[in-house]
Amino acid sequence: MAAFSFELVSPEKLLFSGDVDAVVAPGVEGEFTVLRDHAPFLTTLKPGVIEIDVGSKKERLFVRGGFADVSPTGFTVLADQVIPLADLTAAALDADIEAAEAVLQAAVGNESQRIALEKRDQLRELKATLKL
Amino acid sequence: MPSLKDLRNRISSVKATQKITKAMQMVAAAKLRRAQLAAEAARPYAERMEKVLASLKSGLGAGSNAPALLAGTGSDQTHLLVVCSAERGLCGGFNASIARLARDKANALLREGKSVKIICVGKKANDVLRRQFGDKIIELIELRGIKSLNYAIAEPIGAKIIEMFHRGEFDVATLFFSKFHSVILQVPTALQLIPLQIPAKTAVATGSRAAYEYEPDEEEILTALLPRNISVQVFRALLENAASEQGARMSAMDSATRNAGEMIKKQTMLYNRSRQAMITKELIEIISGAEAL
Repeated sequence: MAAFSFELVSPEKLLFSGDVDAVVAPGVEGEFTVLRDHAPFLTTLKPGVIEIDVGSKKERLFVRGGFADVSPTGFTVLADQVIPLADLTAAALDADIEAAEAVLQAAVGNESQRIALEKRDQLRELKATLKL
Repeated sequence: MPSLKDLRNRISSVKATQKITKAMQMVAAAKLRRAQLAAEAARPYAERMEKVLASLKSGLGAGSNAPALLAGTGSDQTHLLVVCSAERGLCGGFNASIARLARDKANALLREGKSVKIICVGKKANDVLRRQFGDKIIELIELRGIKSLNYAIAEPIGAKIIEMFHRGEFDVATLFFSKFHSVILQVPTALQLIPLQIPAKTAVATGSRAAYEYEPDEEEILTALLPRNISVQVFRALLENAASEQGARMSAMDSATRNAGEMIKKQTMLYNRSRQAMITKELIEIISGAEAL
């Protein structure tokens, strides 16, 4: 399979950069797979799993929403939050949801409430998809 | 002429100061490395975001249905200045230069008859700007006690700015921070947040790109992307600021240590001279006393 360049970035750092064979990402209107020479395409992501195919290796990472940008030069995912598979447990996710809930309770004003609500719902959805 | 005891005291006090500045310099150097790594790690996201926004904006063209966050409200009567500075002093001209840039901008706007509102992030800019613009400062966001910067700190600040914008409290928002170039060079920078401005370089680079497909559609993506971009820009400013602050502190403390060293040298010379003078004086007194007998 021909390789193309893929990048996964969160606001805090660059998590993955390099040539890959295929990437499966959870688009807001359904999962999609990107191969080489994919048509230019921009979408928002819903919480779910990104699967990166490098040669015979497969890497799986969880993302909590974000954007995917497929351009002629490569594929870029701007994720809100990325959690490696190994770090994701039901307990950690529950703690995150609880923290988001607390933020939501304390939030004043529409915009901060919207952000907090979005975060909580995304985390809940993530939990539901993983059936933890 | 100070007495020998005075000189001794003075030398030891300068030595103590030198120890402190030396320690501060080393702490700043260690923190700088971490801050620099964090700032560099955050750069790709902001850059990609800028690229995506640029291509979206060029795709949207001059359409009238562009969201207000992108196109502005159409007027520029009320300006919001978000001034990011450090929580602590002793870092050379770092805080002063950010505050000066913000003050010049505020003065220029006031002269044009515009109204100005200021949000201070970090205590030091507030201290400087309060004297002149006390009534214009609407909020002070303190960063005290925050050990490591993460995106969760920038998000509420971004949310606050967007909320104020939706309530129609200002038309144009500008972010002030210090851009980190190197240990000795930090450039105070003003960055316009609302309406969004795409640097000419990025706009040109993405201008010729093929037609995009959008899911769900352009507008929906833009409305999701724009608020996030503001938080990302604030986050980036905070990170750049953190690195700049440590860099400025490091070089300030380095020169303070050097100055202390020079002062110690001078004072020690003075001390030795006056001690020698005293000994010579006493000898002359003894010898001339003996000769008189």
